[in-house]
Amino acid sequence: MSVLVDRNTRLLVQGITGKTGMFHAEQSMNYGTAVVGGVTPGKGGEVVLGHLDNNAGGKGVPVFDTVADAVKQTGANATVIFVPPPLAADAILEAADAGVPLLVCITEGIPVADMVAVKRAIAERPVRLIGPNCPGIITPKQCRIGIMPGYIHTPGRVGVVSRSGTLTYEAVHQLTTLGLGQTTAIGIGGDPVNGTNFVDCLQLFNDDPQTEGIVMIGEIGGSAEEDGAAFIKAHVRKPVVGFIAGTTAPPGKRMGHAGAIISGGKGTATAKLAALREAGVHIADTPSDIGAAMAKALR
Amino acid sequence: MKIHEYQGKELLRAHGVPVPLSRVAFSPAEVASAAAELVRESGNEVVVVKAQIHAGGRGKGRFVEHPDLGGVKVVRGAEAAREVAAKMLGSTLVTIQTGPEGKKVQRLLVEQGMDIKRELYLAITLDRASGRNTIMASTEGGMEIEEVAAKHPEKILRATVDPAVGLRDFQARQLAFGLGLGNDGAKKLVLFLRKLVGAYDKLDCSLLEINPLVVTGSGDVLALDAKVNFDDNALYRHPDVEALRDPSEEDASELEAKNYDLSYIKLDGTIGCMVNGAGLAMATMDIIKYFGAEPANFLDVGGGATAEKVTAAFKIITKDPGCKGILVNIFGGIMKCDTIAHGVITAVKEVGLKVPLVVRLEGTNVELGKKLLDDSGLRVTTASSLRDAASKIVEMTK
Repeated sequence: MSVLVDRNTRLLVQGITGKTGMFHAEQSMNYGTAVVGGVTPGKGGEVVLGHLDNNAGGKGVPVFDTVADAVKQTGANATVIFVPPPLAADAILEAADAGVPLLVCITEGIPVADMVAVKRAIAERPVRLIGPNCPGIITPKQCRIGIMPGYIHTPGRVGVVSRSGTLTYEAVHQLTTLGLGQTTAIGIGGDPVNGTNFVDCLQLFNDDPQTEGIVMIGEIGGSAEEDGAAFIKAHVRKPVVGFIAGTTAPPGKRMGHAGAIISGGKGTATAKLAALREAGVHIADTPSDIGAAMAKALR
Repeated sequence: MKIHEYQGKELLRAHGVPVPLSRVAFSPAEVASAAAELVRESGNEVVVVKAQIHAGGRGKGRFVEHPDLGGVKVVRGAEAAREVAAKMLGSTLVTIQTGPEGKKVQRLLVEQGMDIKRELYLAITLDRASGRNTIMASTEGGMEIEEVAAKHPEKILRATVDPAVGLRDFQARQLAFGLGLGNDGAKKLVLFLRKLVGAYDKLDCSLLEINPLVVTGSGDVLALDAKVNFDDNALYRHPDVEALRDPSEEDASELEAKNYDLSYIKLDGTIGCMVNGAGLAMATMDIIKYFGAEPANFLDVGGGATAEKVTAAFKIITKDPGCKGILVNIFGGIMKCDTIAHGVITAVKEVGLKVPLVVRLEGTNVELGKKLLDDSGLRVTTASSLRDAASKIVEMTK
């Protein structure tokens, strides 16, 4: 089992004719994901990646002018957004308006005000947004949505949720090497305003019978990890391994990710680690110990 | 991005937010003539001379050269303003936020003296938990809001802005009555907040802090100070704001890194780091600390690290005199490890290598990448895991 995405996921790629969109559409198809359509305004009618199996019964990916057209023609139930920051908010809203239930936004650098408006606009719609500024979501051997290297993943017992990209790969790689594998790995993104949070993912993994343990990777800034800790304490009986990046980060400095900043004494790694410990989470002392900590917790 | 108080006030004034009369000045003569104009316009002999640096705590700060003088000085008349300006300009102001090295003052704000009846606190910023902007107000004007939050959390009033309808007047009235401003004061605050929220939205701010917000003897409500920070992601739509950047307030290496699209932050430790991805870069700093050393920097080369970027990153790291060793940690997922290895080899050949270098590669073509490094003839140590890499570099720099 898995959460949110599996072999029944039918994926659209918004911005498929751009360099990044095209590259990762190809990677996802090679991974076995059913990529049923692409969207680029003005390029409707084209077919791209014609040499590749789209894993939905044919070759290549048809491009549409609008998401609404694409959904109508293909029955897509998920979309991944690879459009530049100034256009990203519009792309998310277009997908929500077309009724796509799962929206994954990879774009980094979307203005905060745009995301505040987007979050409000999609709040009452039956859609889930993952990201922005995230690596995406993957269920090993079934469906890859985003930019993560597929081959480091393997089907298994552990759900992974993280605010970071490459740090997630680090954890996933360890879980694979130790033979634990993953049910699904979700990158929720490093921006201050995002669609899906730790609590949402913890709930999904907690309810998934195949997920035996959960890895939660946070970083400095905000209070999403503290909220996650409170949820774990109240609801989660599966072992959870936690790591928080940024113990050495100075206050007031934005550490790469727009959301990774300690401001007004809030959002420190120390406070987050304390909250996780309090909730019974197994803390990995270093990023190299995440897999081993999970192996120990599952024993 | 941060700007100076005088720039913030000019922006607020342009958006209709009431601020005192003021002028920016760069020399004692300019300060004197600005003060004379302000006295003439306001009919009040009192003017305030304020040092313009990005750090806060200026009033309580002290100049290295003039230990009796703080960064904010109230004087009478143009001549007195000139004398204070002569001392402040070119001198170094140390505040709780500048660090012990302080900051050289090169610009001054000359402002009309105000008849202050009350000092309040008002700010707008993002509340990450709700994903909405929030207004914070307090009767404790002049105090740091973190201090108020810690000691008297009940004294902080809040109002959340619903993005669908904006801040409503009733919310501003609730804040005003909560602050004890009375009906006349409430009317003034409603107008003030309409303009302030407008400025926040139009300028894509990330923080707009008015501390203090003052009520004058005649009942007017004005921004006596203004801290204006901007959302870096939105600067592309505000070239006029980008133009306000003061390079002398920013670290030269950080500015250079930005030119190469590298995310770099200078720190005080001895181990330089080069990593792909912000989370992994922070985690790499943390594991250096775990093994008993301190990171010299945060550096994220990003997802598409080219040989040019790696070289530029190397130059920036090695320029730091505090750097006694370098740790390169790359999880090459989509990016191939042999490409990274080529970049590192090119960089070392070009820049030279005077300190130990440990490289940890993982991911696509990792064996090929390691072989390239081992065969390069350079003094590069390869590592099998992040733990292995961090312990090696810390050991080598002891």
